[in-house]
Amino acid sequence: MSPEIRSWREPHRLVLLAIGIGIIVFAAINMRWDWLPRYSGRLVEGVGTTLWLLFLTSALGFLLAVPLGLAQAAGPFWLSGPARMFCTVIRGTPLLLQLWLLYYGLGSLFAYWPEIRQSWAWPYLRSAWPYGVLALTLSFAGYEGEVMRGAFAGVPKGELEAGRAYGMSPLTVFRRIWLPRAIHRALPTLAGETVLQLKATPLVATITVVDVYAIISRVRQDTYLTYEPLLLLALIYMILTGILVLAFRWLEAKVPVKGG
Amino acid sequence: MLEWIAGLASWELLALEPPGWGGVLLGGLAISLQVAVGGYLLGFLIGVGGATGKLYGGPILRDLLDVYTTLVRAVPELVLILLLYYAGTDALNQLMLLIGAERVDISGLAAGIFVIGVVQGAYQTEVLRGAFKAVPHGQIEAARAYGMSSLQVLRRITLPGMLPHAVPGLANLWLIATKDTALLAVVGVAELTLVTRQAGGTTKSYFLFFCAAGLLYLLVTLISNVGIRRVERYARRGMPAVRS
Repeated sequence: MSPEIRSWREPHRLVLLAIGIGIIVFAAINMRWDWLPRYSGRLVEGVGTTLWLLFLTSALGFLLAVPLGLAQAAGPFWLSGPARMFCTVIRGTPLLLQLWLLYYGLGSLFAYWPEIRQSWAWPYLRSAWPYGVLALTLSFAGYEGEVMRGAFAGVPKGELEAGRAYGMSPLTVFRRIWLPRAIHRALPTLAGETVLQLKATPLVATITVVDVYAIISRVRQDTYLTYEPLLLLALIYMILTGILVLAFRWLEAKVPVKGG
Repeated sequence: MLEWIAGLASWELLALEPPGWGGVLLGGLAISLQVAVGGYLLGFLIGVGGATGKLYGGPILRDLLDVYTTLVRAVPELVLILLLYYAGTDALNQLMLLIGAERVDISGLAAGIFVIGVVQGAYQTEVLRGAFKAVPHGQIEAARAYGMSSLQVLRRITLPGMLPHAVPGLANLWLIATKDTALLAVVGVAELTLVTRQAGGTTKSYFLFFCAAGLLYLLVTLISNVGIRRVERYARRGMPAVRS
């Protein structure tokens, strides 16, 4: 418990809290919220889509980040070069641009290709979400790959040599020592990266994936309201961020940090 | 397929003169850079004020700043940009009406700088606060004991002492600022990403234009990295080298 949380009972905090509650009550009474019941079902679905995107792309991105990090930390030049270039390009260009490049650029490429148009994959390639998933996955992999590079490089050489001295094969050393230790070292950054990933998901609404942001945009178009839907959206993301942060704090407390 | 390759290779689309779109892209890049520089500097002002307030301000100011940095960092930039864009222009117009002036049309550029500045300010507050706190207290006390005034302490001890801790975070935020300008495409500011999409939509050569724009962004990042490395070397002079 940090002192800030313990001392919320201080008089000035109570006053600020009262003002904050006052603003919320004022907003609840004086702003228009009558659209809320009509859209509540779709909003829940939108939050579901957002979370589904978040977890799928974070998991896939992390799986991709492990080889990316390993290639940069220990690979031969023909592996480390491309891996480093991939991370530089992903981290050096805006995600929105990557997303549009994949959706509009690749999408137009596939449309010119009759073999693809007739294949089983076409219905998927014609919809938007695969491009959203791909762009978010690559983005997460690019940022986390850089973290994993540092994590792999930071595992003490002696531990790996000890594993070799016990007669473990390189693969066994990797599986038993190198990978677990590297993931352990990268864990603290994972919380921050996941929150960043959550904040990146609404971009997919610009390529017509229907996440919670897209639902709110729909509400704004239907009702001509400017602030109410956006404020609700901000609140939803704040709650999601809060839950993520708490979940990671709980997870980090579960994982022993001995020797980390 | 062949048509597509032909479209990709039609470099004359990137020519600077009007049938080509190169000039339009560079114009978009100029807007992006203006927003990034303006927003970054505004964010720096907010950050210096915010960090000072968080460290030396009264309890109410500190709590309000905590609310500000927490809110901005918990809500997606895209949502913040929409909220601040509408709220900012609305508030300014209300103010103009209040003092009896005409409604003004706020340029996308000014609104963009304001939005990026507010977002950057929250992050820079945290970076600068951390850097201030990283200066060992004993050094400041020693300077006081030598009879330095607080301004002298700031100039001779605190600022040079915090710089190596602030530079990596601030450099990272600069790179984020250049990329966050792309989000202004959603509210219709004619920056690089939006004009690229317009160029692609008109000519149907999406791939070519998005790759060209990506290259421009990448160049900005790589050139910035060269500058950052220099600043870092200057800030860390006399300190042990960092292992990466």
